[in-house]
Amino acid sequence: MASIDLPSPGTQASTWTSPGREQWTTVLHSWVTTVDHKRLGILYVGCGLVFLLIGGAEAAMMRFQLFFAQNDLLSPQVFNRFFTMHGTTMVFFVGMPIIIGMGNYLIPIMIGARDMAFPRLNAWGFWMFLFGGLIFYFSYLGGDGLYAAGTAPDVGWFAYAPLTGKAFSRGNSTDYWVLGILISGFGSIAGAINMITTTLSMRCPGMTLGRLPLFVWMMLIVSGLILIALSPLTAAQVMLLFDRFLGAHFFDTQAGGDAVLWQHFFWFFGHPEVYILIIPGFAYASEIIPVFSRKVIFGYPIMVGATCAIGLLSVGVWAHHMFVVGLGKGTAIWFAAITMLVGVPTGIKIFNWVGTMYGGKLHFRLPMLFCTAFLFQFLIAGLTGIMLAAAPFTWQLSDSYFVVAHFHYVLIGGLVFTIFGAIYYWFPKVSGRMVNETLGRWHFWLFTIGFQMTFTTMHVQGLLGMPRRIYTYPAERGWEVWNQITTAGVVFQGVGVLLFVIALIHALRRGEPAGDDPWNAWTLEWSTSSPPPAYNFAEIPEVRSRRPLWDLKHPDDPDWKYE
Amino acid sequence: MSTSVQTHTSPRLPDRGRVGMTCLIITESAFFSIFVVGYLFYIGKSQHGPQPADVLEFPWLATACLLSSSATIMLAVAGLRAGAMARFSLGLLATMVLGATFLGFTAMEWRGLIEGHGLTIRTNLFGTTFYSLVGFHAAHVMIGVLAMSLVLSLSLLGHVEKRHAERVELLSWYWHFVDAVWLAVLASVYVIGR
Repeated sequence: MASIDLPSPGTQASTWTSPGREQWTTVLHSWVTTVDHKRLGILYVGCGLVFLLIGGAEAAMMRFQLFFAQNDLLSPQVFNRFFTMHGTTMVFFVGMPIIIGMGNYLIPIMIGARDMAFPRLNAWGFWMFLFGGLIFYFSYLGGDGLYAAGTAPDVGWFAYAPLTGKAFSRGNSTDYWVLGILISGFGSIAGAINMITTTLSMRCPGMTLGRLPLFVWMMLIVSGLILIALSPLTAAQVMLLFDRFLGAHFFDTQAGGDAVLWQHFFWFFGHPEVYILIIPGFAYASEIIPVFSRKVIFGYPIMVGATCAIGLLSVGVWAHHMFVVGLGKGTAIWFAAITMLVGVPTGIKIFNWVGTMYGGKLHFRLPMLFCTAFLFQFLIAGLTGIMLAAAPFTWQLSDSYFVVAHFHYVLIGGLVFTIFGAIYYWFPKVSGRMVNETLGRWHFWLFTIGFQMTFTTMHVQGLLGMPRRIYTYPAERGWEVWNQITTAGVVFQGVGVLLFVIALIHALRRGEPAGDDPWNAWTLEWSTSSPPPAYNFAEIPEVRSRRPLWDLKHPDDPDWKYE
Repeated sequence: MSTSVQTHTSPRLPDRGRVGMTCLIITESAFFSIFVVGYLFYIGKSQHGPQPADVLEFPWLATACLLSSSATIMLAVAGLRAGAMARFSLGLLATMVLGATFLGFTAMEWRGLIEGHGLTIRTNLFGTTFYSLVGFHAAHVMIGVLAMSLVLSLSLLGHVEKRHAERVELLSWYWHFVDAVWLAVLASVYVIGR
């Protein structure tokens, strides 16, 4: 770290503005060429939020199509493209960049480092992600290919074989699906390598593994999962490209290739991916809940252990996505059992968060509101998860709206809620401004009510037998009223997200100055200025407990006496 | 936080390069394992065309070249550590020559398969899985040889010194990994699959 040049304290260049008024080209140039982990973190999260709006708009269009039975707002072809684009966007171009972006911004300042371990690799990873996202959306223009067939990908986000073969998927739309994900995958792997190396090699004095903030611990495990889950997807996608361009037969059922093998390969990525997405949600909650309960986290070592257990189990559950292909009794029992086992460490976590809140002095500020809703919603998501782990239950409800309801409860009720909470929590640090509490509360209530209307009712449609991915349905099935409630919820969520965007813009323009430590928190990022200087810490801090700022604020009663 | 009251000492942190290279090797292993699984899964499932037992010879010489190159790169790193630049350059050159010879054997094998037996990636499942697995491994050997030629050029220009031993060692880690992948390829393609 000795090689890093320090600007003199008088001319601190903050994250947002360089000293003096500069031309917009200079500003743009400085953002495009940046290798600063904080700026890259902002770019990651910002681009992820833009893709969130795009993916959300696609979902809204699908919901409007399903408002009436026999509606003809969207053609079946357009509907197929929208659910493919929506799913792929949300997983690869919203979930992944926001996770890596938050890790990028927070890991170094939480462990007292001045940057990530490999800053240039970090910048490369971001641009690969963005390039992949742009290639994926370029399919709307280029998907016709030389064959003038298809536009955007329409094979679903898990792109089952043999539908993706050359014979059934003409044109280049499927190739855009492959290349967009494959390229952004290189970026994710670069990000994961960086986060692991930073965590292991860049900690400040005294920051032992036992004192790492839980956020950093959980991101370490997520990064490990990215390493072992993303590259198998890359390998499977390369196989698919060989099939499509070189005439290979990996998934070509005509030549003896096996379509189920694709399912195994895809879900061997796909299920760890679910935990890659949700563990960061746990990570945000584990930082926010203690601060707003004014208590230390309950069961720190158990939280770390439970996260490790989830990580280990997550590579042994993939075939629970495949119960209906006919796996055989033994295999189905194995995957059902391991899947149910995941409920144990996850349940431990919920108890620990509740245990942290129990007896605490609860402050329901914006971050805490979102985390509290997360606890309730994630509990329901977990319970429907246990139901779906039972293979005979899934035989009835696989590919129905019940499954859609389950994973949206995980990914929105779990992940998106904690992302909103995390953005409200760390926005003052990143921008130096507080978010307007009233706007935020409107966002919270509209979004929560909309979420419940949309996704709680979806369970009912599923139990009534409505399959996912259908573009319309006959009126006499009795699904119409449920679909109308579901779609009405989308309007609430949409207005909520709009208020979220307005609240952030409002805060940037005329938010109250936040100060260094607006929440009276305990981790290192709150010890530096808001926004932090380019080098994070003028003096590398030294920690003696899990709550270094508590020690600093309470020299008479420091944590390290008891840990 | 305080600088004065200080009783504990923090343990030495692992080197960035080592952690980063280990991560890369882990993720590359996951990549290769999918191709190995694909190969093993499709053994004996080709509907027509040449089968492995008819056309594959056990690659004794190629294997000997690649495995011994792990030893030569260790000698090179040890040389650099000791500051013996001649030993370092010679060891590196020997590793490159052995790697290139391995690639030569692969090229000859492929030529025989394509021209002699008419086996290409489109012929059958054996061709599909064989060329992708062996081809990806060969591509990694190529990357290794290119990286070593870069280091050798820098060394001949006088830019590599004793203090760079750590970094060259990381390159040797990559090379050992490529060797280990070859053992997995050897076992699945030339032993189990034949």
